[in-house]
Amino acid sequence: MAQLTSRSPLARFQPGRALVLLVAALYFLVPMGASIWFSISDNNGIGFQAYTGLLGAEGFTDSLWLTLKLALATVLVLLLLLVPAMIAARLGSPRLRTALEILCTLPLVVPPVALTAGMIGVLRWGPDYLMDTPFFQTFVFIQQPEFPIVLVLAYVLMALPLAYRALDAGLRSVDVRTLVEAARNCGASWPRSVFTVILPNLRGALLNAGFLTLALVLGEFTAASILGYQPFPVWIYAVGNSQGQMSVAVSVLSLLITWVLLLLLAAAGRERRHKPAHS
Amino acid sequence: MTTVTAPVADVQPAPGSATVEFRSLRRSFGATTALDGLNLTVHPGELLALLGPSGCGKTTALRILAGFEQHDSGQVLVDGEDITRIPAHRRDAGMVFQSYSLFPHLTAADNVAFGLRMRGAGKAERRKRAKELLELVGLPQHADRYPHQMSGGQQQRIALARALALQPRVLLLDEPLSALDAKVRLNLREEIRRLQQELAITTLFVTHDQEEALSMADRVAVLRAGRLEQCATPSELYARPATAFVAEFVGTMSRIPAVRAGDGVEVLGRRHPVDGTVPADGQLDVLVRPENVTLVPALHGRAQVVGASFLGAVTRLTVRLADGTEVKADLATELAAGLPVGSTADIALPDRPVLVDRRAS
Repeated sequence: MAQLTSRSPLARFQPGRALVLLVAALYFLVPMGASIWFSISDNNGIGFQAYTGLLGAEGFTDSLWLTLKLALATVLVLLLLLVPAMIAARLGSPRLRTALEILCTLPLVVPPVALTAGMIGVLRWGPDYLMDTPFFQTFVFIQQPEFPIVLVLAYVLMALPLAYRALDAGLRSVDVRTLVEAARNCGASWPRSVFTVILPNLRGALLNAGFLTLALVLGEFTAASILGYQPFPVWIYAVGNSQGQMSVAVSVLSLLITWVLLLLLAAAGRERRHKPAHS
Repeated sequence: MTTVTAPVADVQPAPGSATVEFRSLRRSFGATTALDGLNLTVHPGELLALLGPSGCGKTTALRILAGFEQHDSGQVLVDGEDITRIPAHRRDAGMVFQSYSLFPHLTAADNVAFGLRMRGAGKAERRKRAKELLELVGLPQHADRYPHQMSGGQQQRIALARALALQPRVLLLDEPLSALDAKVRLNLREEIRRLQQELAITTLFVTHDQEEALSMADRVAVLRAGRLEQCATPSELYARPATAFVAEFVGTMSRIPAVRAGDGVEVLGRRHPVDGTVPADGQLDVLVRPENVTLVPALHGRAQVVGASFLGAVTRLTVRLADGTEVKADLATELAAGLPVGSTADIALPDRPVLVDRRAS
């Protein structure tokens, strides 16, 4: 064992592995580098106008703010729906787990275009005599441009498979039933057992599910565009038609934000896994 | 393995250890009957082991007492009070699970103090009590460690401390040693017994390991297919098993063909009185423990040695009779040296009542 750990980095060098890493790095870094270069180069050399002008660009803050609100709402709705359902299925009815899994992964096989077309069909439905009813008013309410709840619903459906997988992985690593029983045996009620024992142990899974959902909402274009709203990805596309350099600058920035979030998440997970022993 | 030397003076004895009664307890899972009218009483301060093969209902009985399962009919009484409608978190029973079940996000001290936190105890009180209990189980230096930083034996001790933290009236042990390696298991079972006796807490201990049950328990209840076969002290259970199932499940037994002879049986050419009754019909076997079989080397003896297992002071020989029956016999190792595999011997049973059972077809 000691011999293994004392091997020099040169001795551990494997050309095949290095080649794969190099190809993968190039695959990601070349387009990224080209984008950055495009966003900062102009006729006079190098400049950062595309980045400095972002805050003043028309629609930038509105679309970004709308996207962040939508992302937050989507994460909340998704977790509030999924976490209790998945814990309940594990504790109360293990047979339901298969049904829940199929239900949650179903949106994977429905393309966003088809999903959105279906939603449009539903939203357009409604005879005139229902116009003054709460039913009709609800349809109108969820399509308000200030905060289109209909987009949250669409995003929840699209993110369902990703969030389900993340949470399922977390739940598989925890013996939910025994931990709840141990907590109840120590005097905790059902809800308190879940809040004080299960959820803290699902921290990583909850962060993963939240992050994947956030990444999806930050990059989702199809549904928002077809339904006629302008969150951040749609705004980037619109700006790209008139101000190409700025749209690439925004894309680079949003990619960097996503990476930072991913790194933070990985760091949080690593900190928990590698807590040092005291002796 | 840390040796526990901590005194228990600082820890309160379990206040009013309880009497536990199962009355005609029934529980089915679909077509499977887990408990079929179980009647059993656990006396205050007693350690009673529920022993039986997988699926005999022992864990179900324990989980019903803990409040994690509901019985179909019958009663569970603690100090005469029916606890059926009391939820698990108010049952005042501390439980140690097979899989440790420590809360992974809490340190050892926080795990031990968890129950006190649920009861609204202050931080200072929780810390003091956790310290006392960690000393009690011999792990005061592990207070700040997380479960994944401890060995299985250490985790199970912390789980024991957690179960005792609320001074429960009943301690429930659900195969707490089965996930541990042999040496740790041996140490921990002595420790559990020592703590149980010092705290005088009524304890129900589920195990499928007969050695564990016999060495730890005041009484052992043997279950089979949801029914109680026998409940007795370990020595009584071993020496006077009530049924053939108990005889064969507890310790090692050999079956030797026998025939009816008056009110007794004839086996290996000699008549023996019978312990219990002789089945009225069918072919018979006599059940014999290895230490009750006598072997004497003889050139043309009727038993041929076909195997030997060295067990330390004794060696267990397997001999084959003329009809093919194999019988196990324990001999002092130095005597067994005179009976190598392939040699023959005369075989005899002691002149005392024997347990008889109908021969399995």
